Amino acid sequence: MSKLISQVSPHFNSPRTTQKIMLDVIIALLPAAVMSAVVFGWRSLLVIAVCVAASVLSEYLFEKLCKRENTVSDLSAVVTGLLLAFNLPVTIPLWQAAFGSVVAIIVVKQLFGGIGQNFANPAITARIIMMTAFSGTLTTWTAPNFSLSGAVDATSSATPLTLISKGETGSLPSLLDMFFGFRGGCLGETCIIALLLGGLYLLMRGVISWQTPVAFIGTVAVMSLVCGKDVPYQLMSGGLMLGAFFMATDYSSTPPTKWGKIIFGVGCGLITILIRFWGNFPEGVSFSILIMNILTPYITKLTRPRPLTGGADKL
Amino acid sequence: MKIHGIRVPHHKNTADTAPVRLELPSVLTIPMSMHIGRPSAPIVKKGDYVKVGQKIAEASAYVSAPVHSGVSGTVEKVDEILISNGQKVPCIVIKPDGLQERYEGIKPPVITDHKSFVQAVADSGSVGLGGAGFPTNVKLNVRDLSEIEAVVINAAECEPYITSDTRTIIDKAEYIFKGIDAFKKYMKIPRYIIGIEDNKQKAIEKLKELSKDRDDVEIHVLPSIYPQGGEKVLVYNTMHRLIPKGSLPLDVGAVVINVTTMAFLAEYFETGMPLVERCVTLDGSAVKEPKNVIVPVGAPIGEVIEAAGGLKSEAAKIIYGGPMMGITVPDINSPVLKNTNAITVMDAREAAPPKTTACINCGACLNHCPLKLDPRAIAKAYKLNSAEDLKELQVDLCMECGCCSYVCPAKRPLVQTNKLSKAVLRIYKEAQKEKEGAK
Repeated sequence: MSKLISQVSPHFNSPRTTQKIMLDVIIALLPAAVMSAVVFGWRSLLVIAVCVAASVLSEYLFEKLCKRENTVSDLSAVVTGLLLAFNLPVTIPLWQAAFGSVVAIIVVKQLFGGIGQNFANPAITARIIMMTAFSGTLTTWTAPNFSLSGAVDATSSATPLTLISKGETGSLPSLLDMFFGFRGGCLGETCIIALLLGGLYLLMRGVISWQTPVAFIGTVAVMSLVCGKDVPYQLMSGGLMLGAFFMATDYSSTPPTKWGKIIFGVGCGLITILIRFWGNFPEGVSFSILIMNILTPYITKLTRPRPLTGGADKL
Repeated sequence: MKIHGIRVPHHKNTADTAPVRLELPSVLTIPMSMHIGRPSAPIVKKGDYVKVGQKIAEASAYVSAPVHSGVSGTVEKVDEILISNGQKVPCIVIKPDGLQERYEGIKPPVITDHKSFVQAVADSGSVGLGGAGFPTNVKLNVRDLSEIEAVVINAAECEPYITSDTRTIIDKAEYIFKGIDAFKKYMKIPRYIIGIEDNKQKAIEKLKELSKDRDDVEIHVLPSIYPQGGEKVLVYNTMHRLIPKGSLPLDVGAVVINVTTMAFLAEYFETGMPLVERCVTLDGSAVKEPKNVIVPVGAPIGEVIEAAGGLKSEAAKIIYGGPMMGITVPDINSPVLKNTNAITVMDAREAAPPKTTACINCGACLNHCPLKLDPRAIAKAYKLNSAEDLKELQVDLCMECGCCSYVCPAKRPLVQTNKLSKAVLRIYKEAQKEKEGAK
């Protein structure tokens, strides 16, 4: 008879795995990926494919080179590739997209120890590096293929936030166009309904919790109102929805505690507003998340729940 | 405030069928350590003839328990046995003669007051039958009876598979109430709270029916959220009192007694037959016919499985108790113990340890810990060997319920790290104490 397994309890584990969580995120991003092709044309899918392939390949090769365990199957590199592509304009040269993916995976993720160890969001950090390196191509926007509210030529190729900051509110796309994503911008950030559907799916699956998106989006809404800006346009512009549901909820670079998530979200919202209304850049979602990423260990420590010691803390 | 927990699969497959008494095993191996505390001291030697209910070992300290024989037969040897925690303890091996002769000394105990009541409980050999195995009499030996405001009867049975407590309620509910009456008479405790999870409708109905005319018994139907039956969790969810770290339920005016222990005590008061056999749930993916069985304490697990219908696939892992907190059995011939409420036999597929991957910092462990610990941070502190951090994180509060390990998507062995961390902290605290003593 073979030997019995001796092992410490528990002997049951939940069916949830890292891979299943990442698969859920991929599923949640699919509607927005499809809509990116509808809004900006087939090239968006090409950019997505290049980013995903470059991310997965660089993770595979780096781990091979460092003789680390191969973690490609946990699908986190696919998620990073998708998110980076979503944050790029559809016209981005493919080699630049691939370069950004390599930076995200190798510099931001692997050099800090791989999954769970990176202190900053790989996709966001790579995007910010690309904005510095390729500032021209990263701020070249194309007009959407068509518009729901009528004439295509009425739709400017500039992003709504640029138009707002220039005071050209007359050429803004209609709210309906904004909601369905027919406006200039990064390829995955424009279709609000698709992002909301994906976010809702992640909430229902328990992959993310409500605190971060509610605090983030809520802060932007309230501050826009206070500053006398057009709230619906502020909420549907830029990368707010993409950031609040998919980037500010990244596990390894944000606080795991409930109150930590609220502080993180509010902080992101405030910094976004600060940059949008008073900064040099039209958009601040990426910077806000990166800055809050850096504060994460402190927020986590500050908001760690008190163990239920019943007052006997000293023992 | 709400105490967190998790939803685990119930698998209460055996709840609806009455327990089956199995034929006698070929041998009884009775370890002297079937309870928390000092091992019992054998009072028989090789060649002695013993009868059913006869005492074979004595309590050796204040926290210890006597042991009785469940068969009539000859003591084959007084030996040593390897138990689940890796220690070797003395054991008494008895060869049954099949006659099941009853020991002449068996008679109902004479109880007149609190002192004789506690003595009777001690003589019964009773330990926590829900799995904990703490000698029952020690809990009841209080200086001032008014300290105890309520007895919380633990019928939560929150572990998957296990239904032996459920069967106690369905089959022996009268004894639970007789036990309550005895406690009322001799312990002068006014309040009795039965805490039960809502996945045991039949048992709940029975309890409600028998308690409908009593205002001293409260039935608390609790959500089936593991670890509802943990002492701290149960007392909090029924009495809304939090047992402080390092304290006993008594410090908040409660005594927690398992429902099967309660029924056993009442039966003992009536018949005088000490704890020599028990009901055990036999279930798990490898068991052909899951059922509750009644077996003598000391029966070899392998024989129990065979007598109960055998296995449908090879046993890869055998557990004393359920899958959440149960302890793996080192050998298929290990004996059934006093506190063995279940034997879970897993096939290779169910027993296969999941692949551990890197922590992704999702926070599932800390958001599900009933005691609000942060196992993620504890694991980091343990890796850094930082006793100060472990102290700040209060790892010694951990009750090892397993929620953190269960929910972890990376399948990290978090409970194991908590256990190791507790040891690191214990050593650190002892060194601190010594340092202070030296000053």
